[in-house]
Amino acid sequence: MSTTLFRTIQPNQFSLFGSTLLRWRRSSNFSVRCCGSQTTTTTQKIKQPSQSRIAPKNHGSNKLDEILRDYEAVIGIETHVQLSTLTKAFCNCPNSYGSHPNTSICPVCMGLPGALPVLNSKVVEFGVRLGLALNCDLSLKSKFDRKQYFYPDLPKGYQISQFDIPIASGGFVDVDIPLEFGGGHRRFGITRVHMEEDAGKLLHSDTGDYSQVDLNRAGVPLLEIVSEPDMRTGIEAAEYASEMQRIVRYLGVSNGNMQEGSLRCDVNISIRPIGQTEFGTKVEIKNLNAFSAVSRAIDFEISRQALLHNQGQADQIVTETRLWEEGAQKTVTMRKKEGLADYRYFPEPDLPEVILTQEYVDSIRASLPELPEAKRRRYEAMGLGMQDVLFLANDVSVAEYFEAVIGKGADVKSAANWIMSDIAAYLKNEELSINDAKLTPQELAELIAAIKDGTISGKIGKQILFELLAKGGTVQGMIKAKDLVQITDPAEIEKMVLKVVSENPKQLEQYRSGKTKLEGYFAGQVMKMSKGKANPALLNKILQEKLNAKD
Amino acid sequence: MCSFSIRKSPNSSFIFPKFAPLLVRHCLTLPSLVPILKPPRFRVVASLSGTSWVSQASKEKYGGWALIEDEAPLPHWKSKKKWRNVVITGVGSSLSSRPIVSAASSTIDAATVSPPQSQILSTRRSLLSGETTASEIAKSYLSRIRLTEPQLKCFLHISENVLKDAQEIDARIARGEELGPLAGVFIGVKDNICTEGMPSTAASRILEHYRPPFDATAVKKIKELGGIVVGKTNMDEFGMGSTTEASAFQVTANPWDLTRVPGGSSGGSAAAVAARQCMVSLGSDTGGSVRQPASFCGVVGLKPTYGRVSRFGLMAYASSLDVIGCFGSTVADAGMLLHAISGYDRFDSTSSKQDVPEFQSQFLSVDSFESKPLKGVKVGLIRETLEEGVDCGVRSATQEAASHLEALGCLVTEVSLPSFSLGLPAYYVIASSESSSNLSRYDGVRYGNQVMAEELNKLYECSRGEGFGGEVKMRILMGTYALSAGYYDAYYKRAQQVRTIIRKDFKAALDQNDILISPAAPSAAYKIGEKKDDPLAMYAGDIMTVNVNLAGLPAIVLPCGLVEGGPSGLPVGLQIIGAAFDEEKLLKVSHIFEQTLKVSPGKGGLEEGTLVVLPLDDLGGGRGTLGGRFSMSTSFVLVTA
Repeated sequence: MSTTLFRTIQPNQFSLFGSTLLRWRRSSNFSVRCCGSQTTTTTQKIKQPSQSRIAPKNHGSNKLDEILRDYEAVIGIETHVQLSTLTKAFCNCPNSYGSHPNTSICPVCMGLPGALPVLNSKVVEFGVRLGLALNCDLSLKSKFDRKQYFYPDLPKGYQISQFDIPIASGGFVDVDIPLEFGGGHRRFGITRVHMEEDAGKLLHSDTGDYSQVDLNRAGVPLLEIVSEPDMRTGIEAAEYASEMQRIVRYLGVSNGNMQEGSLRCDVNISIRPIGQTEFGTKVEIKNLNAFSAVSRAIDFEISRQALLHNQGQADQIVTETRLWEEGAQKTVTMRKKEGLADYRYFPEPDLPEVILTQEYVDSIRASLPELPEAKRRRYEAMGLGMQDVLFLANDVSVAEYFEAVIGKGADVKSAANWIMSDIAAYLKNEELSINDAKLTPQELAELIAAIKDGTISGKIGKQILFELLAKGGTVQGMIKAKDLVQITDPAEIEKMVLKVVSENPKQLEQYRSGKTKLEGYFAGQVMKMSKGKANPALLNKILQEKLNAKD
Repeated sequence: MCSFSIRKSPNSSFIFPKFAPLLVRHCLTLPSLVPILKPPRFRVVASLSGTSWVSQASKEKYGGWALIEDEAPLPHWKSKKKWRNVVITGVGSSLSSRPIVSAASSTIDAATVSPPQSQILSTRRSLLSGETTASEIAKSYLSRIRLTEPQLKCFLHISENVLKDAQEIDARIARGEELGPLAGVFIGVKDNICTEGMPSTAASRILEHYRPPFDATAVKKIKELGGIVVGKTNMDEFGMGSTTEASAFQVTANPWDLTRVPGGSSGGSAAAVAARQCMVSLGSDTGGSVRQPASFCGVVGLKPTYGRVSRFGLMAYASSLDVIGCFGSTVADAGMLLHAISGYDRFDSTSSKQDVPEFQSQFLSVDSFESKPLKGVKVGLIRETLEEGVDCGVRSATQEAASHLEALGCLVTEVSLPSFSLGLPAYYVIASSESSSNLSRYDGVRYGNQVMAEELNKLYECSRGEGFGGEVKMRILMGTYALSAGYYDAYYKRAQQVRTIIRKDFKAALDQNDILISPAAPSAAYKIGEKKDDPLAMYAGDIMTVNVNLAGLPAIVLPCGLVEGGPSGLPVGLQIIGAAFDEEKLLKVSHIFEQTLKVSPGKGGLEEGTLVVLPLDDLGGGRGTLGGRFSMSTSFVLVTA
């Protein structure tokens, strides 16, 4: 698609972005791959990993692989998560995305004279939840600080944040790399998690003559998660970010929506020749609105920096903030000399210290749901393949659905297959989430059971599946109403076989003279006559008997 | 879309549509005052009906006051044994003002001296008895303001609604409805405390014409209890100053001597109460901004414990030090006003959930006092506050006050606060640092004065450059410096360490004593302009008060004597410091001190064309004397030839 075009406009010959073809889509809770019939799903999945979390670095990545033989990238990520609290962090304004500009504001979040912040306790609760989920140590006594700079989207002239004592620090997160990217398990360190408030938004006019400030977002609570510089590739970074999204969604602390900016990743990246211990000059990349952008921006940046190294211009790699331009598929300088900014942090005198009791922390710990990593390990232990595990554990509502189905006694593998193939395809087509499906887990379990015990054939099962998804109802009710019960009476099948054989003397002659392929034709005719209800195994057995019978 | 904008491209014209609903701009006129002011008529003010009623009532009620004093001869006054240890030697001759009236001056003419009366209580009595109406009181206050304001310049804005509010009170009385405890009480509000729809500028150009969309919690409470906001009082810009000369709009004069400063930063609030332009007023105290002007103007100034009163709606100067405080002409008035505004506020996380006791039970009338009403109260006189650099008249007045406390039964000893001298530098580092941050919001983008500019940084520079006065800029610079990377540890962090030490020292002193006393300021009011070009000298004047803010303790300043100066002497205040949240004890001690204080008539010093203090009863009578009490029950008269 755009790959060619892209390459022609890319000045940098290290363009490796064949993967731009693959658009990252994750707006619905449950977006899925398309796939074939039930029986072929598994193999297809392996061959064609279309639900790519990250754009694969396959085509065009030879150059990158080459670079990575000489250089190592060191990547850390700062993730800002907008919390899904009802109100803002320090005032009563509703925390709602997409309101008309400057309608969710008050004297506090506007920074009017005399207004004071009051901490929303949910922010602390969410901070503790995320801190625990990321295996961090919690500070039972933390505080807020002011980070000071002037900008029109920052009404008070400072951002209330946490500086030297974050609410949580020293944790880690476990990630499974998808098979299509080489697979494997990684653990990345978490430096800290801290609470802060978001700034407003500047809306620049089309003409560039003026900009407008929308303060609806000012004061919206954020948790900033800072990783250790433990990642080495774009894939790892994107998987890390993707895991953050899963975790905040599992915990219910954020909708994790990247398009709306509820989850924002800033990447810090430097490269160094392999074998060198000290880090290279670090560059920050912003404006990464999708996991694929994280991966591609990093790959671009590695190439850009390696090129400068190779050309002996390593000194041109400077500490700066670069913007990822999705259209041009490259990073460009946003502002330089970032390191010199002095934010003049000092303790926020308007807010008391945040004191957590052990009981409070324990009660939150006790209320934590099963987290993605634990779920993946459990699914793996059930005997599911990694592909299935990653798919099912990716979305908490899918996982819940899956578990409800197997809770009703359905076979694990069949349940996984049904959910990942036909159900997923249907939902994707209809742009629905699994919670919108009218097929209850109970009925899916019934359906699986009905096929397993031979009440209906797999083919019939698939037919009624879509009807159940769209309209609801029960499997038994539908089987009865449509008279779909499989014909397993050999006498009845034999009758149909004989009828078909007798009505097709020409084909029978051909078959008997050696054209045995025609067996399929006969089977099809019989199946047609039974309206698909004949038991295939019995049908085949009886058909062969009759065809080969010498009379 | 309701929004404001900044320009992106540096070359085209700069548009900044304002934030319409919140930025209703009006020119700064005093709509109710203007018509009153012209033509200026110089004549004797009709006596305030409420106040003259007080005089009458008090004579009846407190007839036995002198008797109590007679029964308690207070022998310690004369002996002075104790104070030989206290008197500091080697005082420079420059500090030479002599006391002309002091607490222990013994000559008393009981017939002309009556203890000061609570105006809040007397107003309530006269309203309930039907003796007068709130409207009448309002008119008399407005006419007094009209007459005195051209000289004093206490107010930046006079409310348009004073009469209307008063009529509402009268209507309530007529309907027999319950009256709030502050019904009909005329209250001045410092200009850095937000009043809904009324200009609130912190005396800064950058907020000129700014009208907040909400009332500060303290103001809201006052209104709910029936209080009437008279207007917004002048102050040093954002509270930064000790003279009220740093106001961007006008210089307030001290009612005791129009050539002198009223103190600051709450100079307008203090002077307005002293001049009876309002009954009580709200100020704010970051480093002494309520107590020092109270001392200079001869009124009671009460700085509550940090957290006692919500700061919501107080334009922040130094958040960890700021408190809203109260002025009154009596301890009872200041105490009752404090009670009205105290308490936990969910809009201020630093406000305290401590119970607010009913202070009123402390304000007993004199005739119910025992012979030693303060028996056993342990009082620590802070040694360091009487050392070199303190005006000798102030020192004597303080010592006399200590003697008076002893006479009332207190056990007075000297205490030392070793960290005392560290407070001033620590205060200026912390206050400047916090202010540099708190004042960041005044960027001209959303509200306040904005200077059009070609690009964003210029907009900030010009708006702030033209909006802030010199003192404010200096403190922002100092604070920015102190918080900068590489200096933080040497300044801000160190100052916080000093603060901890000061807290500990106070704690130790207050473990041994119920209250601590000291002068409120090293001198009485000085001349306008005297310290204007010498900020360090002005800062040094805060030495008595800043430590109390650093420790977050409550303190009250009340008049304890007069020193020479001005037409009728200059008042000197005594500072009484209490343990955190123990305002009750402070009020008890200071009320008894106030009610039993004997002051001999001061010098008249009345000259033609000058504003002097006259006893109300003397309104018609030529040459004035400082009657009754030196600050209370007095009235302004502009004498014309």
